[in-house]
Amino acid sequence: MSILLSKDTTFIVQGITGREAVNLTKECLDYGSKIVGGVTPGRKGREVHGVPVFDTVAQAVEHHGGPIDGSVVTVPPAFTKDAVLEAIENGIKLIVIVTERIPRGDVAQMVELAEMRGARIIGPNCLGLIVPEVCKMGGIGGPAKDAAKAYQPGRVGVMSRSGGMTTEISSSLTQAGLGVSTAVSIGGDAIIGSTYAELMPYFEADEQTEAIVIYTEPGGRMEAQLAEWVKDNNSRLPIVAFMAGKFMDDEEMKGMSFGHAGTIVEGKEDTATEKIARLEAAGIRVVERIDEIPDVVKEKLGAAA
Amino acid sequence: MRFYEYEARKIVELAGIPVTKYGFCTSADEARKVAEEIGGPVVIKSQVLTGGRMKAGGVKFADTPDEAAQHAEEILKLEINGHMPRGVLVDPKAEVKQEYYASVVWDGTAKKPLMLFSDMGGIDIEEVAETHPDHVGKGHVSNLLPIGDFEAKQVVAATGVTGSQLNRATPVLARLARLFRDNDMTLAEINPLAELTDGSFVALDAHMEMENEAVGRQKKLLRKELGIAEDDTRETYEPSDFEKNVAAIDAADHRGVIQGKDHGFTGNLGLVIGAGGGSLTLTDAVRNQGGQPANYSEIGGNPSVAKACGLAKEVLEKDGVEKIAVMMSIVSNTRVDIVARGVIKACLELGKDPGETIAIFRIPGAWEDEGFKILEKYGVEYCDRSVSMWEAAGRAVSKIQGAAA
Repeated sequence: MSILLSKDTTFIVQGITGREAVNLTKECLDYGSKIVGGVTPGRKGREVHGVPVFDTVAQAVEHHGGPIDGSVVTVPPAFTKDAVLEAIENGIKLIVIVTERIPRGDVAQMVELAEMRGARIIGPNCLGLIVPEVCKMGGIGGPAKDAAKAYQPGRVGVMSRSGGMTTEISSSLTQAGLGVSTAVSIGGDAIIGSTYAELMPYFEADEQTEAIVIYTEPGGRMEAQLAEWVKDNNSRLPIVAFMAGKFMDDEEMKGMSFGHAGTIVEGKEDTATEKIARLEAAGIRVVERIDEIPDVVKEKLGAAA
Repeated sequence: MRFYEYEARKIVELAGIPVTKYGFCTSADEARKVAEEIGGPVVIKSQVLTGGRMKAGGVKFADTPDEAAQHAEEILKLEINGHMPRGVLVDPKAEVKQEYYASVVWDGTAKKPLMLFSDMGGIDIEEVAETHPDHVGKGHVSNLLPIGDFEAKQVVAATGVTGSQLNRATPVLARLARLFRDNDMTLAEINPLAELTDGSFVALDAHMEMENEAVGRQKKLLRKELGIAEDDTRETYEPSDFEKNVAAIDAADHRGVIQGKDHGFTGNLGLVIGAGGGSLTLTDAVRNQGGQPANYSEIGGNPSVAKACGLAKEVLEKDGVEKIAVMMSIVSNTRVDIVARGVIKACLELGKDPGETIAIFRIPGAWEDEGFKILEKYGVEYCDRSVSMWEAAGRAVSKIQGAAA
């Protein structure tokens, strides 16, 4: 089992003829993902690694002969909103937005339409998601052989605001023999399509997932929302969290942004110290060192058994 | 992007919200003229991008144009929290009956703009929310649907405000919400929103911030309406030479992305690290093991050898830097061998021994075998993913401490 993806998941790549998108398409195809089309306006009739390119999402759906499950959107920031709305209005239910530097107002509009249509957005500013040995949707983990090295099937669900750290943490879980059920790079922006708390019900319903690891940073209220969710839902899943960017709590770093657009301390509640306190109050174990994660997960799993 | 008060007032005015007849001045003579035109008692306010103006003496009252000119002259020379004023705002001294508060901010959890209103204006809203929650009205607006006046009315009414005050405040809050959405603001605040003795409502002070990512598409407002120059980026602090140099190296080559910051860092261990989350994790790991970073940096998106070399050179040339640590989380796009070549080249070009200068090289992932071969040749200590980011940072710290001892 897994969340959001299965071996039958079909998706398209919007902006498929861009340099990064061409690489991403090859990586996903090599991994065994089912990419059924690509869209770049004005490039209909071309092929990218054997994937047919269309002008519109509607043409891709028609060519496929039925609904398409997902789309990976990798187009410049000024065109992202329109591309995502096009995907949603053509019945696509899972959208991964790779693009970064999209204004918040645009993201909020996309998310609101997605909610109205029952679609889910992952990102923006993310690398997508992966179910080891089943499906990879986005650049997560890189080329198929590298992704296979870092992501082996297993018991732990991973959610991370950093794309690179999704792979770093998953690799340590793989090395420790725990493996990964599904890993989601949720994105580093201030407003994102799917937060930790919004993805928790999927992991909760997934039998394969026995524990959750999250990677988090200063900025925003996402951790407070997760803490609330955990308190309200009596979750069966132990959660282990790692908080990076504690140095940003220093007085001279106030108002500065590091790492990701959403990583900026604007108020008292945004600081690493405050977030750690909130997570711990909800029973979430926050580890001090990144390399403690696998052992603490094992400890939690042992306690649960 | 932050705005000065005189600009924020203009933005509010453009949205159809009443303001007093104010004037922005950069000299005492101009201030005298504006005070004459206003004809009556005035307030002179320093135009700085920082708080605490009142306390610092940046806000003064004057009864005559001459007095206004005198105050303006003083305030124009007054530095507040390290900021020199851009000018002064001369404003009629308003006859205020009551002060209200109106703002719109992002609610990242609801993913919608949030309207806030209070009949206890002029003071810190967070404090009001804590001590008098029944005096703060809140309501979300849609990102897609038109914003109705009734939505603002509900928020105002929730604080108990009724009568003509309700009917005057409602359009102000609704227009504030529309301008927030239309202009890509991250904060749109009027505090105080004043009810004058004649019953009219005016914005006496306004605070606006625009999202940096949207600056490119808000040119009409920024350049045409407000006359803000393209290079007036309003950073929270003046970039250092290191920061400027790294930005220039990054801009010179489209392959990959590098970033460097040294504001607030004064240590002896140079960091050539990546990417976003990895850099945050590694900076903490160095500090928490007693190391003193000389800088923060980010490498990502597969930079060229020249770019990696450029960043490493800038770090190595910083005052007090003795060694560099080259570390990243597992890379799948950036190539290990290219970064290895870049940092070794930087050492050699500066006449330094890579084996001595690079305290540790920990970048696992794409092309690592090729990268490790090069590092071995130059005697650089490297490690793969079996050594955690924490441990790699620790090795770098103990090396530099060993060297210093």
